This record gives sequence, C-alpha cells and structure tokens, in this order.
Amino acid sequence: MNHVAAKLEIPLAAMGEMTHRCPLQCPYCSNPVNLAKASDELSTEEWKRVLDELAGLGVLQFHFSGGEPLARRDIVELVGHATKVGLYSNLITSAVLLDEVKMTALAEAGLNHVQISIQGAEAASADRIAGYKGGHEKKLAAAKLVRDSGIPLTVNAVMHRQNLDQLSDIVELAVAMDASRLEVAHVQYYGWALKNRAALIPTPEQLDAATRIVDTARIRLKGKLLIDYVIPDYYAETPKKCMGGWAQSFLILSPAGKVLPCHAAESLTGLSFDSVRDRSIADIWRDSPALNLYRGTSWMAEPCRSCEFREIDLGGCRCQAFALAGDAAATDPACGRSPLHREIFSLAVAEASEDRRTLVYRKYAGQS
Amino acid sequence: MSLSELSRPKLAPHIVLKRDEARSRWVILAPERVLVPDETAAEIVAMTDGVATVAEIVDRLAEKYKAPRDEIAGDVIEMLQDLADQGYLA
Repeated sequence: MNHVAAKLEIPLAAMGEMTHRCPLQCPYCSNPVNLAKASDELSTEEWKRVLDELAGLGVLQFHFSGGEPLARRDIVELVGHATKVGLYSNLITSAVLLDEVKMTALAEAGLNHVQISIQGAEAASADRIAGYKGGHEKKLAAAKLVRDSGIPLTVNAVMHRQNLDQLSDIVELAVAMDASRLEVAHVQYYGWALKNRAALIPTPEQLDAATRIVDTARIRLKGKLLIDYVIPDYYAETPKKCMGGWAQSFLILSPAGKVLPCHAAESLTGLSFDSVRDRSIADIWRDSPALNLYRGTSWMAEPCRSCEFREIDLGGCRCQAFALAGDAAATDPACGRSPLHREIFSLAVAEASEDRRTLVYRKYAGQS
Repeated sequence: MSLSELSRPKLAPHIVLKRDEARSRWVILAPERVLVPDETAAEIVAMTDGVATVAEIVDRLAEKYKAPRDEIAGDVIEMLQDLADQGYLA
C-alpha cells in the first residue's frame, strides 16, 4: 500500500481568532481552555500583514472570529483591509456589541457576510446558556441591522441536550431573522465543551428527532434557507473529515498569531505551532513540523492505515483522538472501527440519561 | 425562484464571481462556500447581469458555440436553477 505525503494544497479559507475576549461565556466555546491574553494579541499592522500574506498565497475567504471580533476596536479597519486585498470576508459574531454605527461602517468597509450565533429560541434559556443577560434580544436587533444593510446572514445554532427541544422554533427564528443560511451544529466535545459534556450531550432519541426536524425543514425551506447540519461525533458511525483534513484547505490564526490546523490543536500537548511573528505564512504552511505531522495519510496506524475510507475522512479528528484515546495519531473514536467507539457511545448515553444541568462557564476574567 | 427563458437573473448581492489566479480557474464565492464553475458555467454566470434574459444568453451561446439551441437552453436553465435553489441569484 502506498502512503505518500499529501500534495500540498493552497488553503481556501483562513479564520482569524482576532481576540479571545468575549462578553459571552458559552460553556462549549471553541476557544482553548487557556485563553490568550489581550496583551499578546497581534496588532492592527500585524493583522494587516497577515491578510496581505493570505491573499498573496491564494486564500479566498477570511473569517473574522474570536472570542468576539467586535471587541477589537480596529475591526472595521481590518475588514476594509481584507476587502482591499480581495478576500471574501465573513464576520462570526455573538452580535451583542453590534450597533447601527458599527454595522454601517462594516458594510461600507465591504463586509460580505455575517454569522450570528444564537443559544436558543427564546431569551430566558438562551441567556442562561450564554451567561449574558439581555443577549438574545440584542442578537435579534443586530440581525435586523445586518439585513437592513443588505448583507446576507447565517444563523449559527449550537445544539445540545438543554436546547434540542427548541430546534423547530430555532428554524422558525432563523427564517424570522431573514437568514439565508442556518447552521445546526451539535456541540463537539473538545476544550470547554469536554468539561461540560455531562450537561450537554444529547440522548440518542433527541438526536434522531433533531435529524428528522432538519430533514423536513430542508425540503420545506429549499431555496429560502440553506441548512447545514453537523451531528455529534459520539453518535456517528463514521468520523467527520475534520477541517477537511489536518492542514489541507483551512488554517486558523490564534490571537497571538500561531498558525493552527483547527481551533483545538493547541490542546495537543507536545506540538509546537509557528507564529506569523517569526516566519511567513507560506513558509509555515509548507514547512511547519506540526502542520506536516498529520497531513495526508502517511502518519496513520491501523485500523486507519489499511482502511478503504482513509482518503475520505483522513482519519477523523486528531484532537478528539488525543482527548479520548490519549494519542493524537489514534483512530478517531467517532469511527465505528475504533476500539473505543462502543465505549464512548455508551458513555454518551449514560451521561445523557443522568441529565446533569450545571454548566462550567467559559470565563475570560483573570486572563488579561 | 423558478427560472424560465424570460427570467433576467443576476448574482445575489455578496455572491462574487472571481478569477482565482493562484489556481488558474474561476470561483463563485458565497458564505462558507467556494463553488468552482467550469469555463462555460463561469461564462454563463458572467452574462447574468439582471438585464439579459435567459433566452438572450442562450441565443448568444448557441451562436458562439454553433450548438443546438434546445440543448444549450436546457443546460443553462439547469445550471442557473441550481444556483437559484442555493439562494445565489437575485
């Protein structure tokens, strides 16, 4: 069997975690548990150079994310710079800091798309999950500002045991918010979410009901609302092609400028990621030992190595393998062929049936 | 949106047809999506300006490629309807 290193692709898209500061405290935040300090964040000029380099490399889309990207005072300037260098720009925001003045400025700066997260279909439970009183109402007002400015809107709804019974209402809410796209994304359990797994993992019955709701809504809303659906790995039979493959088509920049293959990669102990402060992104993308480590299929052990699907899913998620199997080079336990698969499925079912509700909130306090 | 030869389609605001120089191809950029139309599809999309009807686009292509009009009409409508179904046409 021939396991050659993957051909080096030019990344299609990049995401900047512009800051880890955020007014919300969602207990499944995709940021690492060790949040970056404000004083470590890249400066305006450094982010501009990053955008220049990405455009030069052939990256097509740039996602301004966080933390809360609007917590950075230079966000309008940076969106304008992305437009100037020809990057298609997306703002991924909680929207609680989005007011009319800022929205107008962002639209004038050429912003192409806004994605607003919601935590539920109604204020009381959504605000509880976000740990931010009044947040839900602010999001609805912000969504209207986005649509009034003519920019297309995606609503991102992160789903878990404590809000899955609201899914039908969430679909209706996305329609009412005039979104063109809805992401129904079940929580994936890394970092903060792993700490909260017992409080968030759905029951298999909830998952089946959610899948049926999405299937029906997709047919009914065809041409009006595009629905992307991500199921939780613990209940999958085949692993997802995480990030389209490790360092294949997507890269993430941490607030301090580390070039990462995914949000959670810094949770893999023993790996060292290069910074845009030290080397060009082109060099890092090509030569970084950490990015090359799990590229393609040559790193695989059995059962991945001889698996006929190895090019399809590229072994699933390295961070999940590390978190659950203790080895980032193991088969993702989401895969039915992983020796751990039955175990994590049973664990999920058991935790879901216990139905603990207490949340560990993602707190920024003390980090800056 | 259901397209016919009388429609005057154009790309929705914020959907961008762009030459991807690094990869020598055309791309259509949309929220969280990069579509890769072939040269002909890109040519058709470039002709959708909200003024030209589908019928006019088909006429121009039939003339240019000396191909049967019916065949081209079917292909053009199918391709544009697919874009419309994804919400990419205004």
